[in-house]
Amino acid sequence: MKVLVAVKRVVDYNVKVRPKADGSDVDTANVKMSINPFCEIAVEEAVRLKEKGVVSEIVAVSMGPKQCQEQIRTALALGADRGILVETDADLQPLAVAKCLKAIVDKEEPQLVIMGKQSIDGDNNQTGQMLGALTGLGQGTFASEVTVEGESVKVTREVDGGLQTVELKLPAIVTTDLRLNEPRYASLPNIMKAKKKPLDTTNPEELGVDITPRTKTLKVEPPAERQAGVKVADVAELVEKLKNEAKVI
Amino acid sequence: MSILVIAEHDNAELKGATLNTVAAAKAIGGDVHVLVAGAGCGPVGEAAAKIDGASKVLVADNAAYEHQLAENVAKLVADLGKDYSHILAPATTTGKNMLPRAAALLDVQPISDIIGVEGADTFKRPIYAGNVIATVQSSDAIKVITVRTTAFDAVAAEGGSAAVESVSIADDAGISTFVGEELAVSDRPELTAARVVISGGRGMQNGENFEMLYKLADKLGAAVGASRAAVDAGFVPNDMQVGQTGKIVAPDLYIAVGISGAIQHLAGMKDSKVIVAINKDEEAPIFSVADYGLVADLFDAIPELETKL
Repeated sequence: MKVLVAVKRVVDYNVKVRPKADGSDVDTANVKMSINPFCEIAVEEAVRLKEKGVVSEIVAVSMGPKQCQEQIRTALALGADRGILVETDADLQPLAVAKCLKAIVDKEEPQLVIMGKQSIDGDNNQTGQMLGALTGLGQGTFASEVTVEGESVKVTREVDGGLQTVELKLPAIVTTDLRLNEPRYASLPNIMKAKKKPLDTTNPEELGVDITPRTKTLKVEPPAERQAGVKVADVAELVEKLKNEAKVI
Repeated sequence: MSILVIAEHDNAELKGATLNTVAAAKAIGGDVHVLVAGAGCGPVGEAAAKIDGASKVLVADNAAYEHQLAENVAKLVADLGKDYSHILAPATTTGKNMLPRAAALLDVQPISDIIGVEGADTFKRPIYAGNVIATVQSSDAIKVITVRTTAFDAVAAEGGSAAVESVSIADDAGISTFVGEELAVSDRPELTAARVVISGGRGMQNGENFEMLYKLADKLGAAVGASRAAVDAGFVPNDMQVGQTGKIVAPDLYIAVGISGAIQHLAGMKDSKVIVAINKDEEAPIFSVADYGLVADLFDAIPELETKL
């Protein structure tokens, strides 16, 4: 079966971003960019399913500016077979991304769509669920285990009280949690091979998708700074401070 | 202007997160209706009717909604939601799973995890693991929103007298089924609602050593959390994880034990009122947000702290 994996280009998770001085946006100039960690887990899961013989083809898709090619190439180096870039410089919100993905799902007809549960820049945690609604497919969100069994997929989900398992009819959508797997590193030969793998480019207009933003960011600002604290010498002083100064115990 | 709040519950009990979400709805202003979707959820409907500020409770009691599968509940919420100006759910795993699906059915761009209400269409929310706060304005006719519960003080669970109405819609999309669940059992308070939280990190070294934290927690009436490092190392189950990808807590007192304080962990706890860090590495980033820092070996400090309380 065919799997579609969606990957996003984001500011590397180790970078501490700051708002621009005018508060219009986050300063991402000259900042290291990477594949979103949850998306990397999605690629890894697809590759493992291929290694198990469950999956025959993995298509990696990304949308955004031209540079998103780098993240598609990363997915190809990790084991995806071919890539699709939906190129646009516009501000893409999850609804627009879900609509573009819906158009690609309609065309490619994958049996499974695997994507991250959230991107670490927008922290929205929406796109997979919205794609589920638009395609009418079942959703296994926050997955920590995925088992394909015949015409269905069993997904163990991380929920607030612990774990929950659901069974979805294929085709279905899965969003990955951090514990689903440990992504591999791309080897140099695989990075070289990935350069020769096919990468098609399209755009939202070609897909017939209206990507007009529905929300506007009025401003961005740093969160309230915490007051610098004090170091205490020992446990006795800590208890004394918590009791008499902070009055929390 | 009417606001629909989706209740968080387990068919037997109304969860506290609902009360914080109603508080956010009141901050927006308007008539607040609460939707209870489940199976055999009558008692939850009755509890919801007593919420201070709720004017109507809708109960959709049907087998299709028993485990609140997103495929079924989102359809219900989208059908009912057409008549509302706002649809709100707590940003719990249930709310995050279902609400974006309902929003897409309504062709609306949802707004996740709001921490402030600036107006009927303008909200504040954290992005980049809480390192940036964005103020966003929605141009959609229906605002679909999840609420960070720790950012809004709960309304009173008693005092209201809303009318309870049953909803006749009952759709089973037939594409998903509930197989089973494994819930962690604990007598301690719930992590997201606890007044005191004690969290352990990689420095705890193993799962057995968490016993020390449990003993201390029991003495303080605290909940016990963990960093991702502790969860990944298998010390504790993942529902204890505090951080960007785990739970967001804002207790009166947060005690971080053997936790370095990575950006992703701070995203989950830095709105706590008082933060205490116990770590033997005095360069650990956690000390930059801690009100009280103790540079010490946790294996000496925790037992001593327990005896001194």
